[in-house]
Amino acid sequence: MGSRASTLLREEEIEEIKKETGFSHSQITRLYSRFTSLDKGENGTLSREDFQRIPELAINPLGDRIINAFFPEGEDQVNFRGFMRTLAHFRPIEDNEKSKNPTASEPLNSRTNKLLFAFRLYDLDRDDKISRDELLQVLRMMVGVNISDEQLGSIADRTIQEADTNGDNSISFNEFIKVLEKVDVEQKMSIRFLH
Amino acid sequence: LLPASSFLCLGISITVWFTLLFVFIIMPAVLGVSFGIRSFYMRTLLKIFEWATLRMELGAKEKNQELYKPYTNGIIAKEPPSSLQQEIQELRGSANSLRSEPEFEMADIFYFCRRGVESIVDDEVTKRFSAQELKSWNLLTRSNYNFRHISLRLTVLWGLGILIRYGVLLPLRVTLAVTGICLLLVLTTLVAFLPNAELRSYLSEKVHLMCYRICVRALTAIITYHNRENKPKNGGICVANHTTPIDVIILANDGCYSLVGQVHGGLMGMVQRAMVKSSSHIWFERSEVKDRHLVAKRLGDHVADKTKQPILVFPEGTCINNTSVMMFKKGSFEIGCTVYPVAIKYDPRFGDAFWNSSKFGMVSYLLRMMSSWAIVCSVWYLPPMNREEGEDAVQFANRVKAAIAAQGGLVDLIWDGGLKRAKVKDVFKEEQQKLYSKVLVGDSEDQMEDKRSEDGTPEGDESSKDPAEGQ
Repeated sequence: MGSRASTLLREEEIEEIKKETGFSHSQITRLYSRFTSLDKGENGTLSREDFQRIPELAINPLGDRIINAFFPEGEDQVNFRGFMRTLAHFRPIEDNEKSKNPTASEPLNSRTNKLLFAFRLYDLDRDDKISRDELLQVLRMMVGVNISDEQLGSIADRTIQEADTNGDNSISFNEFIKVLEKVDVEQKMSIRFLH
Repeated sequence: LLPASSFLCLGISITVWFTLLFVFIIMPAVLGVSFGIRSFYMRTLLKIFEWATLRMELGAKEKNQELYKPYTNGIIAKEPPSSLQQEIQELRGSANSLRSEPEFEMADIFYFCRRGVESIVDDEVTKRFSAQELKSWNLLTRSNYNFRHISLRLTVLWGLGILIRYGVLLPLRVTLAVTGICLLLVLTTLVAFLPNAELRSYLSEKVHLMCYRICVRALTAIITYHNRENKPKNGGICVANHTTPIDVIILANDGCYSLVGQVHGGLMGMVQRAMVKSSSHIWFERSEVKDRHLVAKRLGDHVADKTKQPILVFPEGTCINNTSVMMFKKGSFEIGCTVYPVAIKYDPRFGDAFWNSSKFGMVSYLLRMMSSWAIVCSVWYLPPMNREEGEDAVQFANRVKAAIAAQGGLVDLIWDGGLKRAKVKDVFKEEQQKLYSKVLVGDSEDQMEDKRSEDGTPEGDESSKDPAEGQ
């Protein structure tokens, strides 16, 4: 008896998550409700199947890669802390955070961390480089069967050519940042969480 | 001496109990009158809930914490939906959409990435298959998912509530339900023996209405019917949004319908067979359900016979949690007769009527229903609709669905209720991929085709894709 949600999320945990991610108290409790509603097995963690049960995510061409981003290296389950840590990347950047203590570690939702999140969607083997193959894989996921191999290959070649500055035929994280310097990353990779 | 006196006490109390039951509940149900007890009960409960919410807010203020507010407004503010093409062009910051060479930008993934994470945080479909969250606690354990600051006074009230609900209301309701079902079985069998067909149908109507009225009181269902001049007539089909099997009782309380469904075993089967004896219902064997032509034929034959009652159908095909209306299956809309739409909206504050069939079986569901405060709902009879010229069954179904959603204050979704159990079809992902490919390769094809499939919300029925492809 009693509420499932509140008995499992203690005040100390909420404080810790608040510090780590910057979400407010009410946002954390609401996201916890969402987490538990996705957790069909009721064991406090989410598996890949739990994510794939969301129809709007299942029809997203990059759905599998996004789901992957939630799971730490080699693991099949993600707990609430990990869930929140990943979601924190999508918090909007608030002005008062920019002037915070410069020696504190960078917040999860900084521009660099948002770009790193996107970079990791491409870089599957985590070698900090987007190779031609990895780029082709993502392109193929996004276009399905509608574009031929040759056309896709030339698109990939052109993209690498434009971005690659050190000539190693792959895109490093710094080259990635350079290519996207004009894009409004703060707005496009942010979700407006209600208070 | 002791056993004798205790038996006497027992005998007297049972007699008193049944007399009260008879006078206050069964007689009014048989005669169709009401003492107004239930509306008084409802108003009292509402006052108690308001008081409880106030106490919880006070408790929260004392401890200087925030009171849990369920996400009735959504966890996130979603952007107004725009097309894939528009959003990707915004990302790229380029105004021209016509390019001879395929163009790809690495920033394109931001679009899919954000849409994906937004759907993880809040999607339109999965939340329809579990009971909706209440704005404030209604003193039922089952609806307390995150409400804290429950003071001693509230706990006492909650305890009192448990005593009343399980000690008084539940036995009362179970007795009524049993009485209602027994009467239904006995009387329909008796009526079936009458030789005169007219008398038989007249009496069968009365018997059905009476038994449904008893069942309504067995659930303490407080129903408000609106626009009764639009009530379904013979030779038509009545369609309604589906939240629970109790929908049938709610509607049949006010009119006679022919039900459609699968043949069950056990008690349900007995009830089904009894009902068929005195009025025509359409029960299908499990094997026949898959045969769409057979189903259509039997429904068609039934509506063609103007002496038969209107058919009651729930086109969603599954129970949804009464916050939205999901895709209507087109079968009932192909028959070509008049459709009478009905919107049913439950007030969840007194007891959530939604049947979460993956969590609760029928018996535990009924027990939960009978131990809630009450089932309060509104029923709107909408004006009859017919299929218009040039409209196909799917468009007609969507038009009816929109009318029901608008009246009931429900969200109109195109998603299929079958997604409760089944996976979404791959063809919708392929649609998204096709749209994106067009952005890459350029708009060399007719732009009109884009507009139709552009909104990104797919329909669940494959035949619904025909209109888009036919042009």
